[in-house]
Amino acid sequence: MSATSDLSSAAGQQTLADGCLVLSHRLSEWMSKAPTMEEDIALGNIALDLLGQARGLLSHIGDQVGVSEDQLAYFRDPADFRNPLICELPNGDYGHTILRQLFVDCWLAQVWPVLAATAPDEVVRGVAEKAVKENAYHLRHSSAWVVRLGDGTDESRRRMVAALDALWPYRGELAVDGWYDRVESVLTEATLPLPARDAWTQRTSSDGWHTEHLGYLLAEMQSLARAHPGATW
Amino acid sequence: MTETTATVWDLLATVPDPEIPALSVVDLGIVREVEELDGNRVRVTLTPTYSGCPATEVIARDVRTALENRYAEVEVRTRLSPAWTTDWMSDEAKGKLLGFGIAPPSGRVTLPLLDVGAPTACPHCGSGSVEELAGFGSTPCKALWRCRTCREPFDYFKKH
Repeated sequence: MSATSDLSSAAGQQTLADGCLVLSHRLSEWMSKAPTMEEDIALGNIALDLLGQARGLLSHIGDQVGVSEDQLAYFRDPADFRNPLICELPNGDYGHTILRQLFVDCWLAQVWPVLAATAPDEVVRGVAEKAVKENAYHLRHSSAWVVRLGDGTDESRRRMVAALDALWPYRGELAVDGWYDRVESVLTEATLPLPARDAWTQRTSSDGWHTEHLGYLLAEMQSLARAHPGATW
Repeated sequence: MTETTATVWDLLATVPDPEIPALSVVDLGIVREVEELDGNRVRVTLTPTYSGCPATEVIARDVRTALENRYAEVEVRTRLSPAWTTDWMSDEAKGKLLGFGIAPPSGRVTLPLLDVGAPTACPHCGSGSVEELAGFGSTPCKALWRCRTCREPFDYFKKH
């Protein structure tokens, strides 16, 4: 279990920035095809908040090495990204998307308040201070849906159990102090099984290793900027 | 406050929010500081509402446009901390929201934001019997609610 304080380091900032950016792109893939209009709008809003948080951190990281946020977002290759692997996984069905969101929201719910209070850097503190409140709304949304689907129909429950099986091996990079308690309380309310805390988990993004999915995601996200370098609106 | 900064505040009070034109940028509470610099230059400090709000860049441009005719140089800068909160909206601003058909944020923000609040009344008919339809709405700052009495849906400006 890692400490939230590690995330104020340069490597930690990169993990947060890339995690928010990549997950924002994944959520944006639901636009116009979410199960209901309200959910389409909700995921769009959450994606926008995450994009704003990523931009705040990427601009700041870029300022220190003399490159722009766009350079970092659009002209790095997969091995340069440090997002938790779970952020790049394909959306799957809505249950899969919303459980992944719960896992990430619970991570950020632990991380942002610590950064807002203790990050040595003023910009990081400012981004975190804003994100604390945005994340509260995201977590409220993902928790409510995990409970509704887990404790819902036979079909919705079957899908949530499948999502839990698929996503649990990716929790390792998110499971900072307090993460299990948050996630388990929602899973319990959702009447879902509690997988073992000590089960095997992936932890490889810090070395630049990724799933095969990140390359495809970046190919789409970066295509416009790479086809027209330096283009502006 | 100098004569110049007072004039700048007056001018800023005429710059509408691009998404909710009933409110000015001053009503929103995002203007944190106005300074008079040497040589007919002024500096305005803004605090963004939401991290990813697309209106942020438009607002900075509109503020610049509103002041540029009058001052030799206008600097608009961003301050992230302390983070913007709906607590910075005046009662007058909340009244304008209501008149525009948007229920204003109710109550003050306490962290962690476990209580996200609820509109006290339907902005259309005034009934207190309201229910949430969706926690997110047409802009980052709003949620979608419905009145159980007049059955009309309405926007609620989220407590933030």
